[in-house]
Amino acid sequence: MNESLSWWRPVAPWAISALVLVTLPLVVAGNGTFSIINVVAINIVFALSYNMLLGQGGMLSFGHAVFFGLGAYGAIHAMNLIGEAGYDGHGFWAFFPVYLLPLVGFACGALAALVVGWPFCRRAGTAFAMITLGLGELVAAGSQMFPTVFGGEAGVFSNRMVGPVWFGLELAQPADVYWFMAFWTLVAVFAMWAFTRTPLGRMSNAVRDNADRLQFIGYPPRNLRFLVFIAAGGFAGLGGGMAAVNYEIVTPESLGLLTSGLALLMAAVGGLAVFYGPMVGAILVTVMNSLLSDYTDASILYVGLVFLAVVMFAPGGLGGGIEQVRLAWRRGDLGAHLPGWLGGALAVLLIALGLVSTIELVYQISHGRDKLARLLGLEPDPASPLVWLGIITLFAAGYGVARVSGRYREARA
Amino acid sequence: MSEALNILGLKKSFGPAEVIRGVDLTVARGEVHAVIGPNGAGKSTFFNLVSGAFAPSAGQVSLHGRRIDGLAPEKIQQRGLARSFQVSNVFGNLSVFENLRCACFKQSGAGYAFWRPAGSVKRANRRAEEVLEMIGLRALRDSPAGALPYASQRALEIGMTIAGDADVVLLDEPTAGMSNTETTQAVSLIRRIAEGRTLMIVEHDMGVVFELADRISVLVYGEIIATGTPDAIRNDPRVKEAYLGEEAA
Ligand SMILES: Nc1ncnc2c1ncn2[C@@H]1O[C@H](COP(=O)(O)OP(=O)(O)OP(=O)(O)O)[C@@H](O)[C@H]1O
Ligand SMILES: [Mg+2]
Repeated sequence: MNESLSWWRPVAPWAISALVLVTLPLVVAGNGTFSIINVVAINIVFALSYNMLLGQGGMLSFGHAVFFGLGAYGAIHAMNLIGEAGYDGHGFWAFFPVYLLPLVGFACGALAALVVGWPFCRRAGTAFAMITLGLGELVAAGSQMFPTVFGGEAGVFSNRMVGPVWFGLELAQPADVYWFMAFWTLVAVFAMWAFTRTPLGRMSNAVRDNADRLQFIGYPPRNLRFLVFIAAGGFAGLGGGMAAVNYEIVTPESLGLLTSGLALLMAAVGGLAVFYGPMVGAILVTVMNSLLSDYTDASILYVGLVFLAVVMFAPGGLGGGIEQVRLAWRRGDLGAHLPGWLGGALAVLLIALGLVSTIELVYQISHGRDKLARLLGLEPDPASPLVWLGIITLFAAGYGVARVSGRYREARA
Repeated sequence: MSEALNILGLKKSFGPAEVIRGVDLTVARGEVHAVIGPNGAGKSTFFNLVSGAFAPSAGQVSLHGRRIDGLAPEKIQQRGLARSFQVSNVFGNLSVFENLRCACFKQSGAGYAFWRPAGSVKRANRRAEEVLEMIGLRALRDSPAGALPYASQRALEIGMTIAGDADVVLLDEPTAGMSNTETTQAVSLIRRIAEGRTLMIVEHDMGVVFELADRISVLVYGEIIATGTPDAIRNDPRVKEAYLGEEAA
């Protein structure tokens, strides 16, 4: 049908993304907003690199932050070298602009993966998960033993306003850093997307699906896993390099289990089976983390709840949901499915509202009222039975809608 | 050397159970050699030994005069021996075409390439399209392999096995579970595969076996009790007793 539009299909996502990146600074203002956007950019790269392992290659890692963190450390040390070289203006680092530090991050991450990865890649599955968990703990603990490299508890500081300046783009304010972030995110996302289209990218999917069969078409799974592991380590390091420039400080926390868990969380919430899924997850989780923590003490709890809800109700993640809608639209039977899906979403929303209210009320009893309730202009009184009746109504309505829409979906399936 | 495969004193034990108990077999180049035998006789295990899925406990396997026993499956594949599986063993989330193309990368040495798009590996793409046509799955080109109907998945299984241009091909029960028409199609596919290749095939359907095979070996309880032309096997009293008789009973 739309022959004239066929050239546009593959280009569209990139053109739209570039347009969004360019117009974003026109519509948002304030360094606070840019700070969040910059973290989103870092996390997009980090989550996508994680999905090279898990979604594409079938390797569940609990130590991916090691490569992110080592990339960040490499970049921040390089930043310090640039700063020192600036005094006398001699040597390699005197001519190395801060904008290129993500490349240093990439090199460090890939190198670290190259050095440690081979024994890990013998098996996927539980063995791989356990070994990477061990690696993460080992490196995080080991970092305390080398304070000159890792800076002890406090981490390593630096200053990004050093070295040669290109195009007059000084990295002073978060709004300036935005362009740096936009550029590297676009480059990294494009590179990781291109990777999925290469023979190695396809073979990594094959390893994920059926490693045993792979041997019989001539490839040992371990070699393929190892190459994917190095690539994923490199891109995680690139994200780490972006983080080093953004924060101008790198702490051992960036190597640890919490950071690895964040990658898994973002990728899973966004969806492992869709390329852009982890990007959606990174945006949602980062924004939730940054905004909610200003308004409620329970922000981590809420992120956890979102994770649970996705795993239970939308195992394909948000990206999987979007793909479902898109495919139905292209098939032309979106109209038949949409009420069922919207019903499901409404049910989740109602139950979520009930849960949020409950949590906020409980927090109110134990900690005093926090800002979220005030923000919504509510002054609920936990002692009033009416409030609790309202919450029960929310749950009941959610359950009812879930039943009805579930039946509707089954009838259409 | 006109022998494609030469197998000598091959044995395999799983713990105390000896499943393959000294198999000697020679498969001539260009031959279609069927291996028949009752359930649990060790036919699949025999294929697993030859293709490198398991290392033999004892004995030798030579492919075109070179020893391959104990080599890893990918090494054996590179020497030109490919095998299919009794239970379909495909890349479930990849499309039919992608399954075939992955099976073709080895020939171009492209499987590790990350600097070029998969579509630019001309030879692999051409060969994958060719095999797609041959196994009759053009209409299902972009469907995920895991969602294929049973017979199509069997066809893909065979397609992936031959995609790499191996000259010795082992097929483990290629027509099992197929309807009559599907079996007829599969037989004509196998006949085409046999052109210019050496074929060893495990098959329960005697009609298929007698139609395709140049020679037949009968494997019973881990041992080959007879090898010969279809006519010789049909009239062999030991075979009748051990296997064909059982089938008739
Ligand atoms: N990995 C293994 N470990 C232990 N025992 C095994 C293993 N593989 C096969 N066996 C045993 O070896 C014997 C032969 O099995 P095999 O699958 O080779 O038989 P087969 O001739 O292919 O049978 P069928 O016609 O049912 O496919 C069986 O008793 C089986 O239980
Ligand atoms: Mg068998």
